[in-house]
Parts: sequence; structure tokens; C-alpha cells
Amino acid sequence: MITESYKPKLLWLQSITCNGNTHSFLNHPNLFSILSHFEIMHHPVLEGAYTMDDVIKGTVACDVLIVEGSFTETKFLKAGVEVSSLMKIYADKAKHIISAGTCATFGGIFKQKDPENISGFCFDLEEKTSRYVQYASKLISLPGCPVHPKWLSYVLLMIANNTKINIDNLHRPVELYGYTVHTGCTRNEYFEWKIDAKNFGLKEGCLFYEQGCQGPYTRGSCNKILWNDTSSKTRVGTPCFGCTEPNYPQESLFRTKTNMGIPAKMPLGIPRRAYLILTGVAKSFKIKRFSEKLLEYDK
Amino acid sequence: MKIADKKALKRESIIQTALQLFSSNGFHKTTIPDIAAKLHISVGNVYNYFSSKNILAQEIIKYTSEALGEKIQVVNMSDASAEEKIHEIVMIYFTMSKEKPEMIEYFLRVYLSNRDVFTDGCDGMVCVSGFITEIMIFFDDAVSSGELRNQDFFSAFGLFMGYLGGMVFLKGEDVLPKEIEFYIDDISRNIYNALKAE
Repeated sequence: MITESYKPKLLWLQSITCNGNTHSFLNHPNLFSILSHFEIMHHPVLEGAYTMDDVIKGTVACDVLIVEGSFTETKFLKAGVEVSSLMKIYADKAKHIISAGTCATFGGIFKQKDPENISGFCFDLEEKTSRYVQYASKLISLPGCPVHPKWLSYVLLMIANNTKINIDNLHRPVELYGYTVHTGCTRNEYFEWKIDAKNFGLKEGCLFYEQGCQGPYTRGSCNKILWNDTSSKTRVGTPCFGCTEPNYPQESLFRTKTNMGIPAKMPLGIPRRAYLILTGVAKSFKIKRFSEKLLEYDK
Repeated sequence: MKIADKKALKRESIIQTALQLFSSNGFHKTTIPDIAAKLHISVGNVYNYFSSKNILAQEIIKYTSEALGEKIQVVNMSDASAEEKIHEIVMIYFTMSKEKPEMIEYFLRVYLSNRDVFTDGCDGMVCVSGFITEIMIFFDDAVSSGELRNQDFFSAFGLFMGYLGGMVFLKGEDVLPKEIEFYIDDISRNIYNALKAE
């Protein structure tokens, strides 16, 4: 059980970032309840016990380090200090390191600027960086562009409760990333029967065949733990961009790459031959219900 | 031999016999008693394996599709280039049309000509997926490797298989002046040239 006798000291540090993960977490409906289990030492936008000047000195205590943004070893400074060296000070102190977002985890969008030198904190795409060995035992990866606020709160509360978090080989919590984004998508019937969505924003049709949806091979629980407790990209008719994956961002996010009509990338772990046999059979039937509008609104 | 194995053998012998009779005499002119007589078994025994002539006809198209698909799968799993694979597939198709003409004849003269027999149970690609799937995999690999031009599946499929089917049909009509093997190289080249990446 969570006890109030000692609050872990939480430090949120940014590297090369758009602040997206910071802002995403602010959307958590129970933000302050969650943070009440921690002593906030410093946070980019919330009130903390110490200023950035204090942090730069390297003297602030830290139990839980949240890192946000991509990394480069040199030439990215804050207040005249290399961010990489600042991170090292606090990563060494921390009992837990959370890489919040795809940039901090794998390199993400900012890696596009300088692919040779910019990476995630402990991973460069799926490859381990030199930091990995030192920090692996306390690392939790939370990719996402941005990270879902409830994925971050899940990890924080597990830490506050001193509960072990089961992780996969890229240090992602399996409770959150054991699923694909396809799991729980409201369009699953259309996927099963291979009915294309004819456009974006429609309720009918699956976005995997033409509109670029990466949900069937992207790990994440966006359709299980909804965004803003309300919906998800795929539910509203926008393709999943695969933003939690190590190779994010890919190109042509709104168009499915196909080879003679066959999706170039198969659903996660599904052999191509098995997929094509099922597809051929499913496409052989015309299901009337799926050719109709789900809802007809009064004009 | 186990009973299950014996039954499987018997089932296959019924399929092969029916395949020959349907292909040579036509679907409607061939009866279950004809098939039973050729196999020296009772009519009732045939019905033990296939509850109707239509169901038998549907099982035969699955059987031929899978037989052809298995051969193309071997080609797909090889390291050959797309051009070489096209040659292999053309050779498989034409060789089968010569050595087991009933297999291809059945597709052309029974399956395509008696659609009413296949509508309920063999909708769309259901009974030919063993073959179609391997052609899909061939195209997918060849486009991924940059050897063939990306396009709609059916425009490529029609060019490839329509061509082969047409040639075997002409062979069946005894119109071709030469043995079908004679055409393998030219037809393979024609297909490759039509489909290759620009």
C-alpha cells in the first residue's frame, strides 16, 4: 500500500523536446492526486521545490527521474551546461528512470534532425545506447507521441506503491504495451471483413487498408485506455501513426503502403500467408450490414 | 494402416476419379453412379464421403487449387529472381496442363463454366485461395524487391493467369500448332516485360 511516511522525490528534466509529454500529463483528470504521492523537486511547468538553477548545480535529491526529449551527447546546453551531463548526475542518483515519450525512449521526431547523433536516453531506435548498461535496472520506457497521461500515472503509482512493473525487452510495461493499438478499436468488425474506410473521419470502415493505419502492428493501449477518457485516433477516423514504435515517425502516415494491393506490413506476428488466406476468404463475402451507414442522423 | 489414413486415401481416390470424369465428360453429364462404378465401390459409399455432387465438385476445386499452390509455394520460397520465378510458374502451369490436364481443364471447363454449382460454398476466392495466396505472395515479394511495378493486384493477376489460362484453353481445343512447352520461354518473357518495374 502507498504510505505517506516518505514521498519519493520526483524530478522531471527535459532534453530536446516540444513539451508534448509535459502537456499531455497535464490533461490527467487526477493529476494532483497522483503527484501528491511525490515530492516534486523540479518540473518544467509545475511548481517545484527547486529552481532550474539549483538543478544545474547537481545538488537536488532525486528518487524518480522523468526524462523527456531526445538526446545528444554534445552541443545541447541549458544554462551553459550540457544536458547530457546534467542527466547523468540525476540518472545516477535516481532509483527509477522513466523515459516519457518516444523521443526520450527511442529518439523520435527529433532524431530526424541528426540521425547519427540524436537518440533516446537508453535506446537509439531499438539499439541500446552506451547508457543502457548503467541504467537498465531502473529504466521504464513509455514511448508515445506524446505519452498517454494514464500510462505515466500507472507507472508513477506503481512506483509510489513499491510494486514491481513487468516490462518487455525494450523496458515497456507489458500491461500497457502488451496490446496493439488495434485491440479495442471500434472498427474491428470492418478489419475482420476487410471493409475499407472510404475517407477520414467516417464511423464506417477500417483504416488499415488504404488510410495508413498502423494500429495492427503498433504496441500501445490507446483503444483500451482512451485519450481524455473519451476516444482514440482510430475511433474518430484518423489512422494510428505508430507513434509508440521505435521507428516512429515513418513517412506517408495517411496512406497504406501496398504491393499490388497487399499491405506491405502485416499485423503484428501474423504470417503473411495466413493473413492472405483469411483476407481472400473474408473478401469473398459481401455483408450487407457493413455496406450501410452505422447511424443516420436527422437532417 | 490406420482407419483415418485409409479414409483419407479413399477420399482422395474419389476426388481424383471424379476430377477426371468431370473434366473429360462434363459436370452435368457425370453422375455419382459413374464415379462409383469407375472406382468399383457402391454409390452409397461415395455419399459417405461427399454428401452431394456439388460438394464433391467444390472439394475438387480446393484440391486442385492447393496442389498448384503447393508447387508455387516452393518457387516463392526460393532465392530466384522475379523473372526466374515467372519462368518457373509458367513451367509448372504448362507442365501440369500436360501431365495432369484434368487439373487445369477442371478449373477452365467445370469451375468457370458452372458457376451455379459453386456459388453456395465457394464464394469468391474461398475455394481457390490455396493458389491465389501464393500468387499474391509472389507479387508482394517481387514488388518489395523492386523487380515488378506496383499496381492493382487484379490488373497484374489477370495479365499473368489470364494469359496462361488462355494458352491452356487453346491447347485443350487442339488449336496450338506446337507442344505447349514450346511457348514457355516466350510467354515467360512477355509476362516479365509487361510487369517489370520501369
